Amino acid sequence: MDATSVLAAVSGNIATVGYGLAAIGPAIGVGIVVGKTIESVARQPELQGRLTTLMYIGIAFTEALALIGIATYYIFTA
Amino acid sequence: MGINIPRLNVAQELLGEKDGKRFTPLITTIFALVFGMNIMGIVPGLQIAGTSVIGLPIVLAIVSYVAFIYAGVKKHPGAFFKNALVPPGVPWPFYIIVTPIEFVSTFVLRPVTLVLRLTMNMIVGHLLLVLFFTATSFFFFTLGSWPGVLGVGTLLFGFAFTLFEILVAILQAYVFALLTAVYIQLALADAH
Repeated sequence: MDATSVLAAVSGNIATVGYGLAAIGPAIGVGIVVGKTIESVARQPELQGRLTTLMYIGIAFTEALALIGIATYYIFTA
Repeated sequence: MGINIPRLNVAQELLGEKDGKRFTPLITTIFALVFGMNIMGIVPGLQIAGTSVIGLPIVLAIVSYVAFIYAGVKKHPGAFFKNALVPPGVPWPFYIIVTPIEFVSTFVLRPVTLVLRLTMNMIVGHLLLVLFFTATSFFFFTLGSWPGVLGVGTLLFGFAFTLFEILVAILQAYVFALLTAVYIQLALADAH
């Protein structure tokens, strides 16, 4: 047995790799949303309540993409 | 205090005094139901969240969908769908692109993402807890001896993620109620 066939012996579902890729974008996006909110609160602490609400809305929209990434596994293996 | 989160922080802050009072019962009910079903996921003996089965989120998303369309049609009779699909102030050739995008994002993706966000969060939380505790069981009782000490780590992480699940349960209930309020607010907003 040569080395390449051993290294290439990957079993399981490729969808797990797909989820790993799908998690990158939303991770960066949520990071930017939260970071910018912290920055804004540091500039104007009196707006904290409204900014927090906006932050959660932004996180909810961004995070949906990562969750669609999980859902594809259930969709395409069903 | 629990009732004030959806009533004051979500309904009245986003919808204003008058409309906030109208939709408070709906938003409070959604918050309480989603939170109650989410927290079932970590109650010993129950251990599975009602919202991690896709049926309940679908029902709640339909309620939210009907609520924001009702709010819009009631506020702008006859003009709600026109405002939503053909936003004014756009040069007319762009409507070929804008109208399908608006239709998909407003009337298709909104309920679908509401369902997927809640269900997938709960499924993933449950899967994480299952992984940690089966790993603990494997390390302690199947593997045994020296490598079995790793089970202490997985047990600690399982405990930490159980606490994290409490946070997720509150957060997802808050987000679901918040998005319902935002959709109603967008439907009520005057055309500009």
